[in-house]
Amino acid sequence: MHTDYSDLLVELTQQGVLVVTLNRPEKRNALSNGVLSQLISCLDMAASESEVKTVVVYGGETMFAAGADLNEMSTQHAVETWLNPRPQLWQRIDQFEKPLIAAVNGYALGAGLELVLLCDVVVAGEGTLFGLPEITLGLMPGAGGTQRLARTIGKSLANQMVLTGQAITAQTAREAGLISEVTIAENTLNKALDIASTIAQRAPLAVRAAKASLKSVPNGTLSQGLLMERQLFSLLAETQDRAEGIQAFLEKRKATFEGK
Amino acid sequence: MESTILLQVEAGVAIITLNRPKQLNSFNPEMHKALKKALKDAEQDDSVRAILLTGTGRGFCAGQDLNDRNVNSGEEMPDLGESIEKFYNPLIKQISAMPKPVIAAVNGVAAGAGANIALACDIVFAAESASFIQAFCKIGLIPDSGGTWTLPRVIGMARAKALTLLGDKVSASQAEEWGMIWQCVADDELIEKALSVANHLATQPTKGLGFIKHALNHSSQNRLDEQLELEKDLQRLAGRTQDYREGISAFFDKRAPEFKGK
Repeated sequence: MHTDYSDLLVELTQQGVLVVTLNRPEKRNALSNGVLSQLISCLDMAASESEVKTVVVYGGETMFAAGADLNEMSTQHAVETWLNPRPQLWQRIDQFEKPLIAAVNGYALGAGLELVLLCDVVVAGEGTLFGLPEITLGLMPGAGGTQRLARTIGKSLANQMVLTGQAITAQTAREAGLISEVTIAENTLNKALDIASTIAQRAPLAVRAAKASLKSVPNGTLSQGLLMERQLFSLLAETQDRAEGIQAFLEKRKATFEGK
Repeated sequence: MESTILLQVEAGVAIITLNRPKQLNSFNPEMHKALKKALKDAEQDDSVRAILLTGTGRGFCAGQDLNDRNVNSGEEMPDLGESIEKFYNPLIKQISAMPKPVIAAVNGVAAGAGANIALACDIVFAAESASFIQAFCKIGLIPDSGGTWTLPRVIGMARAKALTLLGDKVSASQAEEWGMIWQCVADDELIEKALSVANHLATQPTKGLGFIKHALNHSSQNRLDEQLELEKDLQRLAGRTQDYREGISAFFDKRAPEFKGK
């Protein structure tokens, strides 16, 4: 497996969890196009390797990602910004089909929070701050910040965060539904690994279908969503893993899933 | 001019002394900044494994220096929320989140925020002649620096309400009897006793102690199942410390453990 990236540390656990650690501490893990590209090539690899079941994105005990790379951005005018490949990079992360779990400590600001918003499950250390400070720089979120945040945590808090640029705590983020667990910073990765490893034991096709169904929630009407859910549900009826799962339950034993 | 905060590190204990004795160690912005820095230094210094907070002179801390707060008629009303947001709240959070035990040696009167800062520490010793006063109600204010959170938890709601609404002085011995503090000791033994506990703690498994403190500090916000989950997480981390390994092997070797705080 190719795991050589200049700005990432990549490790596959025995449970099939690929841990991707953003590793540009001197830049506070700023998400430059370079870092995003590496993350995507890592996800591409994870998508094609069947032993990778889930991916955890981590930034370390003190930092997740403090934003985009402002040096990169400051030189770009309207045309360069328009032609920037960045929206496609974000889209490719969004299209990753296996579960993506964020383990967040320190700061998830700007692009860092936009990355968090693309993850399926988010756990954070106490003291973590989530924010979209773009407005304080005379710009605004440009990678889903206004859209996904408002859909995730609701109108008033999203508006407050985007318009003031002020961050919220992990506690508030949990209450608002941005994240699912708060733990102490030293334990954030453990917690994410627990969740990721549990998901990794589930039937891969069922996980994939369930993720696809969940991801469609903000994009359509309830009746479209229910239709999609039912189709995916029916599709799973053809899988060996479903038969195995039900059989194992009835025989009171642990199921062995093959991804078939 | 002498520093408003003294910091001295000895045998693993950082002794932090509030040092504006003429003003009964009441806080001004300079002292707030110095205390914040001293606590941060103590936190980051790996050789420090316990912190002792005390005051010079006859008082422990009289809270906010009201000379900074003179409200003349005709002047704009002050924004007290600002100094709380900037200084007092971060201080209480800093003490509470400190991953090392913080011991208070209350040498004299602890009034207003001064009382609540003492109560925010993990183990509180007070000299016999010391006292605690929730003086806020007498000037139209409310107990800040965590007073309204801490007091009902340590002495119960009935006592907390009477104390904060009446502003009566509580003697150190009464405070001990009520469970507001750990121990009331003779005036001339205060520093010696507090320091001996601090010195002892400085030889103990610091990380484990930090986890205990963390669990207890969270116990009142959590439901039982959340707290059990937190205990599991912290125990997992504690079980991976070198000190745990040392503790176990010393137990089996029937010798005294030598903890490193790692």
